[in-house]
Amino acid sequence: MPCSKIDAAGTATVTPSGARNQAQGQSHGRTQAEGRSVVLDGITHRYGGAIAVENVNLDIKGGELVSLLGPSGCGKTTLLRIVAGFLRQSEGRVIVGDQIIDALPPSRRAVGIVFQNYALFPHLTVAENVAYGLAARGAPRTEQAAEARRLLDLVQLGHAGARYPRQLSGGQQQRVALARALAIRPAVLLLDEPFAALDKNLRLDMQIEVKRLQRVAGVTTLLVTHDQEEALSLSDRVAVLSNGHLEQFAAPTTVYDAPESLFVNTFVGSANAVPGVLLGQDGDGPRIALDAGGEVVARPLARPIAPGARVTLCLRPEHLRLTEGQEGIAGIVEMALPLGPTVVHEVRVGAGRPLKIAEPRLGGGSLRPPGTPVRIAVAPGLASAFPAAA
Amino acid sequence: MALPDVTTYPLRLASPLALFFGAFFAAPLVALLALSLRGAEGGFGLSQYAAFLSDGFSLGVLLGTLWLGLKVTAACLVLGLPLALVATRAGGWVRGLIILAVLTPLLTSVVIRTFAWIVILGRQGVINSLLSSLGLIGTPLRMLYAEGGLVAALAQVQMPLMVLPLMTALSRIDPSLWDASEALGAGRWRTFFRVTLPLCLPGLIAGAVLTFAAAISGFITQSLIGGGQMLFMPGYIYQQAIALQNWPFAAAMSVIFLVAVLAVVLAFNALGRLARGYAQT
Repeated sequence: MPCSKIDAAGTATVTPSGARNQAQGQSHGRTQAEGRSVVLDGITHRYGGAIAVENVNLDIKGGELVSLLGPSGCGKTTLLRIVAGFLRQSEGRVIVGDQIIDALPPSRRAVGIVFQNYALFPHLTVAENVAYGLAARGAPRTEQAAEARRLLDLVQLGHAGARYPRQLSGGQQQRVALARALAIRPAVLLLDEPFAALDKNLRLDMQIEVKRLQRVAGVTTLLVTHDQEEALSLSDRVAVLSNGHLEQFAAPTTVYDAPESLFVNTFVGSANAVPGVLLGQDGDGPRIALDAGGEVVARPLARPIAPGARVTLCLRPEHLRLTEGQEGIAGIVEMALPLGPTVVHEVRVGAGRPLKIAEPRLGGGSLRPPGTPVRIAVAPGLASAFPAAA
Repeated sequence: MALPDVTTYPLRLASPLALFFGAFFAAPLVALLALSLRGAEGGFGLSQYAAFLSDGFSLGVLLGTLWLGLKVTAACLVLGLPLALVATRAGGWVRGLIILAVLTPLLTSVVIRTFAWIVILGRQGVINSLLSSLGLIGTPLRMLYAEGGLVAALAQVQMPLMVLPLMTALSRIDPSLWDASEALGAGRWRTFFRVTLPLCLPGLIAGAVLTFAAAISGFITQSLIGGGQMLFMPGYIYQQAIALQNWPFAAAMSVIFLVAVLAVVLAFNALGRLARGYAQT
């Protein structure tokens, strides 16, 4: 593999992602190409006059699995199509390994794609589908067949090679799509909402399966999804997008625990957004007086805010706890929802939207009937404060 | 309770049409068959068929007609498939414009349309005047009363019969299949031959059958553009029946023509079934 000329990407070959240390690539009898770095450098795309994606910079290490997470219309699919070559970006560069691939057509980018609807060729057998990319590269027939067989074994569909896609279940079709994408030994694997069409139980199985295959193949992977749980559980890093802008690009726990914007805080996980005023900062962190009463110490601010300014404080449900004492914010229980491992209470506080409070049931979070007056304690140093929207 | 499937409506709803077909299609066909079995000197037998099949001239006309049909079908396919592809992939007004352009010949009287071709193809026609004024040709090209001109005229008329079924078939192809093919490393041509063509084959076969059937039976176009020198089965049958009043021979010719056409149509369908795209619904 050629050494990267790009600083950030240069580290890719030196420090492979932790995932690949557990890879079983060798046990499959071939040396898989090291995952190549992918750099999106100042990507902007406009459809007509409308901006779909604006100045997105992503620096993805070789072998990393990165999620593009955002609501529909945030530009994540546009980015995917730009990397695949189906769209030519208005500005910016896409760099894979040490090569700028902007001028290459999709057929020469060595990008494997799993489409949302899998896009299997209905007139070809499963084995022919998997071998399609090899046939396009002019591989001998015997090699095509052997490689298709190996990949179908890898996705545990070795017995289904002679069947047609329509004879397979959704999960099986997805595994065929994955095998087909991996067959060309792609430099980059793109997954476009691959789990959206699967039912919930199967989805978890397939997510584990995809993660396993991605590690085995050691291939740099971009996963487009609007499902935050999926993004958090599968990714090495998550890129959160909103309205064509990159809001945050960080490890899943960082995105969850230390969101850099109000959007990230409310889109990833759930959050009670409550209005307040920043009183000032002291050794513990910023102190915020809530309009509903009470004071909260938040975690350090992502961006500086002047004392006295109005802020929106994001309190995750698990940051809150119902107490019996006289401390904390006063409220009245509106609804109690036992959700298996946790119990969620909706508590009306002042005039705003009721607060959601999630407590583990084992830790003594008993159900309180609606109408019960309660006090809410806030765990210090966890909530995030952002400038209030004008 | 579930509604009854639309395909299971009682058969008697179809009876008016069945009666109509019985009286005006099946019965005349039987009469035709009976007529064709009448010998030249009275009595019944296969003598008319023997006369046709042992006559080199008649066989030549039959084969020439089928060959004409194949050429027109091929022309419609070569010209129509790209058109259908463009129309399917382009949306909105481009698509509407193409459909309109393709349909317009169908909405014009066949006689007017054919005379327009005579104006275009004739000795002093549009093409010849243009070419000679450009100095590209010395003497006018012979296009009228020649088979090339006839194929062009018939292909224009039959184009919608090819393009519309093709467009239906193409629009049923999931566009992400094209993306998938390209991403897997296949170029445009490979994608066309491995994905697009097999998947639009049902429409292609339907279009080919319709075009073929229409081209070989296009009596007016064949006579006006083809002129007197070229004789095809419809004209030949007309000649035998109307001019020579040889009804039994004309009837036998019609039956032979019918069987020959059916054979070609079945061959088209068999071709389609060989390719597996047909199995996909």
